[in-house]
Amino acid sequence: MLGLLGWVPLIPLMGFLILVMAGDQLSRLIISWVGAGSVAVSALLATLIGFEFLDGDMQPYRHIVGSWMTIDDLSVPFGFYLDALSMTMLFVVTGVGFLIHVYSAGFMEDDPGYARFFAYMNLFVSAMLVLVLADNLVLLYLGWEGVGLGSYLLIGFWYDEPNNGYAARKAFVMTRIGDTAMALGLFLLFTQLHTLDIQSLLSLASSQWAPGAVLPVASAALLLGGAVGKSAQLPLQTWLPDAMAGPTPVSALIHAATMVTAGVYLIARTHPLFLLAPTVQLAVAVIGALTLLVAGCSALVQTDIKRILAYSTISQIGYMFLALGVGAWSAAIFHLLTHAFFKALLFLAAGSVISCFHHEHNIFKMGGLRKAMPLTFWSFMIGSAALAALPLTSGYYSKHEILLAAFDASPVLWAVGLLGALITGIYSFRLIFVVFFGAQSQTVEKKPGWLMSVPLLLLAGLALFGGMLQIPLNSVFPVLIDQGNDHTFNLVSVITVASPIIGLLIAVLFYLTGTFSAQRLSDGGLAGTLRQFFLSGWGMDALYETLLVRPFITLSTMNKNDVVDGLYVGVAWLVRGLHRMASATQTGRVRWYGASMVFGAVFIIAIGLLS
Amino acid sequence: MSGIPVELGLLLSLVLFVLGLIGVLVRRNLIMILMSLEVMLNATGLAFIVAGSRWGQADGQIMFLLILTLAAAEVGVGLGLALQIFHRFQTLDADSVNEMRG
Repeated sequence: MLGLLGWVPLIPLMGFLILVMAGDQLSRLIISWVGAGSVAVSALLATLIGFEFLDGDMQPYRHIVGSWMTIDDLSVPFGFYLDALSMTMLFVVTGVGFLIHVYSAGFMEDDPGYARFFAYMNLFVSAMLVLVLADNLVLLYLGWEGVGLGSYLLIGFWYDEPNNGYAARKAFVMTRIGDTAMALGLFLLFTQLHTLDIQSLLSLASSQWAPGAVLPVASAALLLGGAVGKSAQLPLQTWLPDAMAGPTPVSALIHAATMVTAGVYLIARTHPLFLLAPTVQLAVAVIGALTLLVAGCSALVQTDIKRILAYSTISQIGYMFLALGVGAWSAAIFHLLTHAFFKALLFLAAGSVISCFHHEHNIFKMGGLRKAMPLTFWSFMIGSAALAALPLTSGYYSKHEILLAAFDASPVLWAVGLLGALITGIYSFRLIFVVFFGAQSQTVEKKPGWLMSVPLLLLAGLALFGGMLQIPLNSVFPVLIDQGNDHTFNLVSVITVASPIIGLLIAVLFYLTGTFSAQRLSDGGLAGTLRQFFLSGWGMDALYETLLVRPFITLSTMNKNDVVDGLYVGVAWLVRGLHRMASATQTGRVRWYGASMVFGAVFIIAIGLLS
Repeated sequence: MSGIPVELGLLLSLVLFVLGLIGVLVRRNLIMILMSLEVMLNATGLAFIVAGSRWGQADGQIMFLLILTLAAAEVGVGLGLALQIFHRFQTLDADSVNEMRG
């Protein structure tokens, strides 16, 4: 079974090719079977491989699929690497990916671009699988750029709307900034260590480089740049809220469950490098802590249902970065796993709400949906409970682990994470209370069909019980040094559990019972300004607009006619002038030619005589 | 045999050549241009004859025969072209047949 590893990314790629070549001729039923079926087959393969892998004592397995080229004794192999980490990612990508594909078959049923949608989705899944399975940083980079392309195509899926195209370009360019840093990191690693094979690279780095030296710090920082761009962390986070322009299943798959967590995967995959660079690792923790606060505050005041979820995704990935930064590698991957479940659930449930409201995104125009859409309501409840890390849900286990690890590293980071958890509690239940409670504002016309309900049910189950699905990652990561702090019943643990519940109570007071009014609060001068500030994502979009976008547009307007091109235009102009002069002598008058010949002959004879 | 000095012979040839050249450049009728060309060719022929007689060699007269045949061939082609031009343009004016200009 392990030998079939190469087929896991290949089958979605084949699905992509079929849909691209023949998508116009196929009926909608066949398109959905090809689109979701290819991911289903690769999920099935991944499950079989997973069982064999877990039986085989989880020995890392390397599968050489082929080679890029073989010349004499130079061979560039093309291989996949399976260990507990990539296995976890494999489950997330194929499993959650499959459920979202099934959901999409229902969600997109009236869309004219049905085949195009599934083609892009399959391309994305294939690239993501290459990313997580790659045994080589260059192959990983191929998958990395592939998911970037998939993300770009799917954000701009409804391309008739110019804003969607703008959002797609913004996402592409912003992540490209990080990718450039990452490419530089790969170049640095290759020139220094002469290999990009991940396992040998990491062991070489550990044996050759001293902790804290310049080289490991520089290369880890450059890789971190790539991770920050892809995972929408500070300061490159502004693309993710705009990426919500894509269809909702896309937001669930790419901008919540899989692609945006690729940065977390990259850092976890190359964690020995980060262990050699303690300053960079600290930077990872600080970036994560700042991001989770910044994004959490922005999520508090958004009115667009998808933007709330987008900011909460940024904030949750901040938690993962925090965990990576304090060395709780397996907690970070565990949170990645549970986050994929509950955030995909939340997005899909939001998609049901949106599709029943004629693509209305404003939560204050909804209300009282609890009775009308019970399944969606309960999905949202479970998802939000897991997001806020209420006890016994999956998110509780992972976030609790992260916060305790953060406390061991630094109480300040723990306090920031705790504040973030409080804010998470407020905004996730604000969303529920506004959308599902209160007076029913509009009648629901369309109920989600079974294609949309079944994935919701399964994901709700995973979001509830996914906390028990721990794949033992100790074979990959160094075990945290136990400092003898048993947090089971002490004060830190109790506070950590209590903070999201306090957040929930605040949300109840503000949005359910109406004891306090958020409206009245934000009417005040300072609070109103603050609300506007949070709503605009801490003004970072405006900052980038004035600092980078405007000057660039000004420069390119000035250079509209291409200064460098002027040289070549000049050459062409000169040649054309000479040509015109030469052709002017050809008058067609025979006598004129004769006279020219005479004068020429006289001239030449004169030169011959006089010299 | 040496009655006429070679300088006078060459001077006559030069005068004939320049007259022919002026005819080629100044005349507009194609027939007249061809005739002027004949004058120029005969001027060069005369120069060969004079030079041959000066050094007592037969080469000059052989060259003259060559020029004679060349002139006959040239006139054949030239008159043929003139005929075609007249068919097409209904004129023999060399200046009005100037369609091949850049």
